[in-house]
Amino acid sequence: MMDHNRMIDQDMAELKDLILKMGVMVQGLIHKSVEALKNQDNKLAQEVVEEDEKVDQLQLEVDEKSIQLIALRQPEASDLRFITTGMRIANDLERIGDLSEDIAQRAIDLSGQPLLKPLIDIPQMAKLSQNALSLVLDAFVKRDAATAHQVWEIERQIDDLRDRVSDELLEIMTKDAATVSRAFPLVLVSRHLERICDHATNIAEDIVYMVEGKVVKHGGRGEN
Amino acid sequence: MITLQEGLDKPLMPETSDNIIIAVNRLDFFYGKFQALIDVNLEVERNRITALIGPSGCGKSTFLRCLNRMNDLIDSSRAAGSIKIDGEEVLSPKIDLVNLRKKVGMVFQRPNPFPLSIFENIAFGLRVHRLAQREKLEEIVHRSLEAVLLWDTLKDRLQRNALTLTLEQQQRLCIARLVAVQPEVLLMDEPCSALDPVSTQRIEELMQMLKRDYTILIVTHNMQQAARVSDFTGFFLLGKLIEFDVTGKVFTAPSNKKTEEYITGRYG
Repeated sequence: MMDHNRMIDQDMAELKDLILKMGVMVQGLIHKSVEALKNQDNKLAQEVVEEDEKVDQLQLEVDEKSIQLIALRQPEASDLRFITTGMRIANDLERIGDLSEDIAQRAIDLSGQPLLKPLIDIPQMAKLSQNALSLVLDAFVKRDAATAHQVWEIERQIDDLRDRVSDELLEIMTKDAATVSRAFPLVLVSRHLERICDHATNIAEDIVYMVEGKVVKHGGRGEN
Repeated sequence: MITLQEGLDKPLMPETSDNIIIAVNRLDFFYGKFQALIDVNLEVERNRITALIGPSGCGKSTFLRCLNRMNDLIDSSRAAGSIKIDGEEVLSPKIDLVNLRKKVGMVFQRPNPFPLSIFENIAFGLRVHRLAQREKLEEIVHRSLEAVLLWDTLKDRLQRNALTLTLEQQQRLCIARLVAVQPEVLLMDEPCSALDPVSTQRIEELMQMLKRDYTILIVTHNMQQAARVSDFTGFFLLGKLIEFDVTGKVFTAPSNKKTEEYITGRYG
């Protein structure tokens, strides 16, 4: 006799595919936005702005599908956690898309002016953010709660880098006020990248809830 | 022969099509002076599961029984309007009722197999309709039991009395009995209400498979069941069809406030 859950499993597999598609798209946006900034490539920055709209559209699809699943399939326990978590993950991915678009906007703002200095820490932050996102997407697919700890570690590194970038830029601006228009957008970019990692952390925490049913948000990490 | 997986590909939101098998226009129905159905208009798509929901006494079962003229058995009942199945007027006095009920079969709340052998239960309809030569009977019994996933379990016990089967098996047998005479439409009036949750689940899965070959209308008190199994849902209240739409829409954003109240348990 076939298993009833196969009906819901098929729908949940489709939901998972939609979320993964969003995740891969958003990873690309982080990379492109920082490349656009680094190489002062306006065309690439414009591409990010346009692609973010596709991410927004995918989030609507995830919401629609999740609501339908809840209403029509009556998911319980781990199925229910998967669907509600999926909606939250899509929300975080959509915000990451928006923040990548913000970075692309900063790249457009800075175009036509020489960079203050070659960018090192900001591309490093972007790389770490992408790593964090890869980890959580992988954990989502494998339903692996253990990844959260690695993401928390990356979050700490990114916070340190953001502080370093901000301090460094603040020093430059203090010494020469004429640099503000070129330095301040970079302060914002470091802030955007730090926020991107925060969203990846949210996703990691949601995955712990999805897999284990444990809440690790808002001080519930049980670490340190 | 359909495969299990094929039967489980129900989309959450079915594409609507013009493939209409049943068209109901301005249907009124009376039991004596009491009007049980008021101006019902509805189109049913072929190879879809259509669920009819609503509180007790709202007319959903009456509506179902209009489709194969089962209500004719009740004295002083009267229908007005039009019901066309495959373009043929069901309410016409000229219609051949035996043929109509072969084409539009019905499954009831409580399984009602004949007190005969499993084999005879299925062969009975074929004989009534003179549908099969003697040598073909066995083949059709085999195919019909296979269609309801009973063949493997019962193939060595075909001569046993059908009343010895479990309720779920009896309900499956009743469906097999219909399938044997190759109907187009299966009417199911609370087909799972006498069954436990596991058997209910299995009958629901069977429905998903059967819709590849048949059009199914199901009356159910269980709203979750309507949400799970159907492609379209109609909500009846006090004899009127209040709302009819794709199930995904009815259960997430119904258009009518009364539907919303009923679905969310705020009715009455």
